[in-house]
Amino acid sequence: MKETSDMATPPATATTGATPVTNAHLGSLADVSSGAERHLPVVPESPVMEARDLNVFYGGFHAVHDVNLPYGRNEITAMIGPSGCGKSTVLRCLNRMNDLVTSARVEGQVLYHDQDIYAKGVDPIAVRTHIGMVFQKPNPFPKSIYDNIAYGPRVTGMKVDTMDDLVEEALRGAALWDEVKDKLKQSAYGLSGGQQQRLCIARTIATKPDVILMDEPCSALDPIATARVEDLMMTLRDDYTIIVVTHNMQQAARVSDRTAFFTARPDETTGNRTGLLVEFDLTTKIFSNPSDKRTEDYISGRFG
Amino acid sequence: MSIAATTAREVTERLATGRSKDRGVGSMVFLGLLWFSLFFGVVVLLALIVSTVIKGAPRFDGELLTNYTSVVRPETAGFRAGILGSLWLMLFTALLAVPLGIAAALYLQEFADSDRPWNRFVEVNLQNLAAVPSIVYGLLAVAVMALLGFDRTGIVLGGALALALLILPVIIITTREAVRAVPREMRDGSLALGATVWQTTWKQTLPSAIPGIATGTILGLSRAIGEAAPLVVVGLASSVTFDPAGMLSQITALPMQIYSLTSQSREELRQAASAAIIVLLVMVLGLNALAIFIRNKFQRSW
Repeated sequence: MKETSDMATPPATATTGATPVTNAHLGSLADVSSGAERHLPVVPESPVMEARDLNVFYGGFHAVHDVNLPYGRNEITAMIGPSGCGKSTVLRCLNRMNDLVTSARVEGQVLYHDQDIYAKGVDPIAVRTHIGMVFQKPNPFPKSIYDNIAYGPRVTGMKVDTMDDLVEEALRGAALWDEVKDKLKQSAYGLSGGQQQRLCIARTIATKPDVILMDEPCSALDPIATARVEDLMMTLRDDYTIIVVTHNMQQAARVSDRTAFFTARPDETTGNRTGLLVEFDLTTKIFSNPSDKRTEDYISGRFG
Repeated sequence: MSIAATTAREVTERLATGRSKDRGVGSMVFLGLLWFSLFFGVVVLLALIVSTVIKGAPRFDGELLTNYTSVVRPETAGFRAGILGSLWLMLFTALLAVPLGIAAALYLQEFADSDRPWNRFVEVNLQNLAAVPSIVYGLLAVAVMALLGFDRTGIVLGGALALALLILPVIIITTREAVRAVPREMRDGSLALGATVWQTTWKQTLPSAIPGIATGTILGLSRAIGEAAPLVVVGLASSVTFDPAGMLSQITALPMQIYSLTSQSREELRQAASAAIIVLLVMVLGLNALAIFIRNKFQRSW
């Protein structure tokens, strides 16, 4: 964390989110180009999603304790914190991916447009078509680039005028079209790691979601590929609400509008570590003037 | 002379002793034992094959494959009925066992909650089933055929049923391994796009697991092709003089013919049996080679 001092100071020059990747940008990874210059209300005014008193258990293990967190429309919300603090667990609750873990139990509410997605009668499959997800490791299917994009619309039975147009639109949306337009029929495994991750983002936006969840989307990528994905995230912010879990604090500082800091608290009797939300605020505030001591310790590298 | 140089020379003296502890008496004896074990296994196998080849050599001709077995003219006895019978058995065994085995494995691996005691019970018993003597499956097949109302059991269906039951546990276990090897991320990626578990299994998991499933299935079949015991119980004839013509046609199989001919007193028939053994070996090795080919060709790394 040698660049913490850079992060803590507000950016002098900030690129706008829509700036395409340029070589100049690649050379200045330390630039903080977050939504700092965006003037956002202190509290998200019309949250697209909101966690209310969210508790998650894996069997008898209490993984996340009482998380209350709103996610603002067309904002990037970063969830940061040390390993085992429950941030990925919270993320996976937001589109009910935790349903797939048989021992997982969720209490509390996750509101999506004021509808609790954990309410009775809510179809998790339908939830996931509105709330897409991008994973830590690029996970394209062992199919062609075209079929990777077309897979989501096909399985969900989406009404599509022409699939070719949808594929092109999704790939353009993920800033990948120019690189792959001549090899749409080739295997997605032939792409580089960064391209694969952008393909996964394209695949997600092809199903026209409202919210995109990203679980450490750049942790398997090199710095250049990371920069491109981050640029893409800031472009996507105009059309989608993005919630990102990251281990990389500089990344949170660079791209996010708001940051939620989680930590883990050991249980006094069992010693199991339960994750909880410590502080949630504008990213600029979190990284310059956090109100909680634990946040300050973490972002300054004294802990975690 | 510097201290460093002195030390270096001392170390050299200590290290360069001119002998290696790996060449000590104990090590050499142990190595010898290992060599002997390897030698013993290979030599016995080689001797068996070579003696069979030598015995059967006079009979490696076209008639061996095209003629029926005849006691009247043993010098031109062939194994047409046995070879065709074995192939038919393989075909129907695969038709019975593969869909059942894959479906069972997919249920256990992708849908069943492995914490439930019932599923745990099934899993443990699958492992046990793979070790059940093949003759037991023959008896089971006879019982099933009787329940289904067939009065003759020495037919393609009866034999295939016995062999299918025999290799079903093998197919289930290898399919589960292949399905388990498909990374979690692949499923998550599909599910996160709004696919159902069923779509994910059918469109992502299963296609990715096919090379592994094919390998396991072929190895299972190559075990089944050499089995005689369950076929004896089912009541396959040791010799027929017509080609199989359907599921209900009476047949024989190569292992059955070999079994009956090796106990004959006439030299020509025993010779023919040796030649048939080689035919059977070639078929088994061919299947194994196919399995290895598929495994290497389609092996995927994630």
